Order: sequence, then C-alpha cells, then structure tokens
Amino acid sequence: MTTQVQDTSVRIEVVVDVPIERAFAVFTEDFDSIKPREHNMLAVEIAETVFERREGGRIYDRGVDGSECQWARVLVYEPPNRVVFSWDISPQWQIETDREKTSEVEVRFISETPERTRVELEHRNLDRHGDGWESERDGVGGEGGWPLYVQRFAQLLKD
Amino acid sequence: MVTYQADGWIALGDPTRRAIFERLAEHPRAVGELARELPVSRPAVSQHLKVLKEAGLVLDRPDGTRRIYQLDPAGLEALRAQLDRFWTKALANYKAVAEQQAEEVS
Repeated sequence: MTTQVQDTSVRIEVVVDVPIERAFAVFTEDFDSIKPREHNMLAVEIAETVFERREGGRIYDRGVDGSECQWARVLVYEPPNRVVFSWDISPQWQIETDREKTSEVEVRFISETPERTRVELEHRNLDRHGDGWESERDGVGGEGGWPLYVQRFAQLLKD
Repeated sequence: MVTYQADGWIALGDPTRRAIFERLAEHPRAVGELARELPVSRPAVSQHLKVLKEAGLVLDRPDGTRRIYQLDPAGLEALRAQLDRFWTKALANYKAVAEQQAEEVS
C-alpha cells in the first residue's frame, strides 16, 4: 500500500486480488467492516455503518440504541468503476451542516487483470473545512473540541 | 501556502518528529515528558517541537512554568495526517475483507 499526499488532498491506493466487480461490491456492501469503528460521533456504541448504494444515498452510523448519525452523502455511484461521497465531518469530529465546508472522497476501481483490481482513494478539497478555522481555534481547549479530537485520534493510532 | 503545506509533511518525514507527533495525538504533553519517553535529549525535543509548530501541526500553551504541546486541530496538515491514517487503516481492512471472501469462495 502506498500513500501520496497532495496540497489539499490525501491519496491512498491499494491493490486487491479480486475482480473489479467484486472489489466494488465489497467496498460498498461491506463498508461496515471497512470503516475504522473507533470513529464514532454517537453517544453510544455503533451497531452498524450503513452505506446506501445509490446516488443521493446516505452513509450513516446506527448506534446500539437505534440512534443515527449521518456523516456522508453519496454523490456519484457508478459500479464497478467509481463512487464519490461527501465528508460532512469537521476537523473537530463533529457533523458539519454547512455543505460549503465539506470535503469529498472519490474511490476509483481500475482493473489490472481479470483477477486483480487497483483501488485509488482520494479525499480532496480538505481546505474547504478551513473556513472559519480561526474562530474555531478559540475553542480548541473546550470540552467538545480538542479533548474529543485527541481521544479519537489516539484510538486510531493504537490499532 | 504551498510551501507551508509542504513543510507539514517534511516535518513528519523525520522519525523522531513522527514519534513526538503520535504521542501528542494521545494526549497533550510537556517537553520533559516527551524527553523521558523518547531516546532523545530535552533540547532535541524542543527543537523538533519548534519545527512541528512552524509547520502548523502543533500548538503550545503555558501551564505554570511549563509549556504544554498538543496537535493543532485547526491545522490543515494535522487534518491531513489524521485522514491519511483513517483511510490507510480503512483500505487495509478493505483488502483483508475482499481477499478473505475471495478465499472462502474458491
């Protein structure tokens, strides 16, 4: 797996030993087992992450108590080649309701051989999260800001 | 701004700075604490922190006679580092799931 970084985006690619149709299906149908589970904006444990497989669909976490947290919108759904979804999460790991301040994730599936697929993931327009950062900065030490972020990130690093 | 952004990644290219950055991601720490945990001197830690701060990756604040360092959640570089981690882990999960299923089928 290689990681490349551009100015305002993160690009990662991986090659999987499955045909392109299967590669696309696993990503979208099994997104629940792919998404790092520690990332949780609900008050309770996540029971499931749901990826609605259609343009205009939602991606949301459902808590064990039935509560929901929608954190993405499916913008493009083109099996088996491409899927694009929004990233409606602020740098402070809170839901971003202002769509002008959301970034997007494009996942491209490229057939290398009939049995092998290259998957390129690009999380771009990260600078769009930046509007208003200066004012948010004042709240860095607040209860909902910095400590939550640190906790989430630390959990990621531990795995 | 391109230069500033590039600096963040150059800053994290150094293994010691990476180690400092990851420890700060666990919780904010003082210089002395970092120096105790890592095989580098206190002045070296301070120097690395200065680079991370200039790259927009960490913030510091006074706490009595000490300074406490933490990741800068408002920094683009910190956001990118975080998302890089997130998606690297997600794609590793993805590869495991996809290839495990393929094995079960065959």
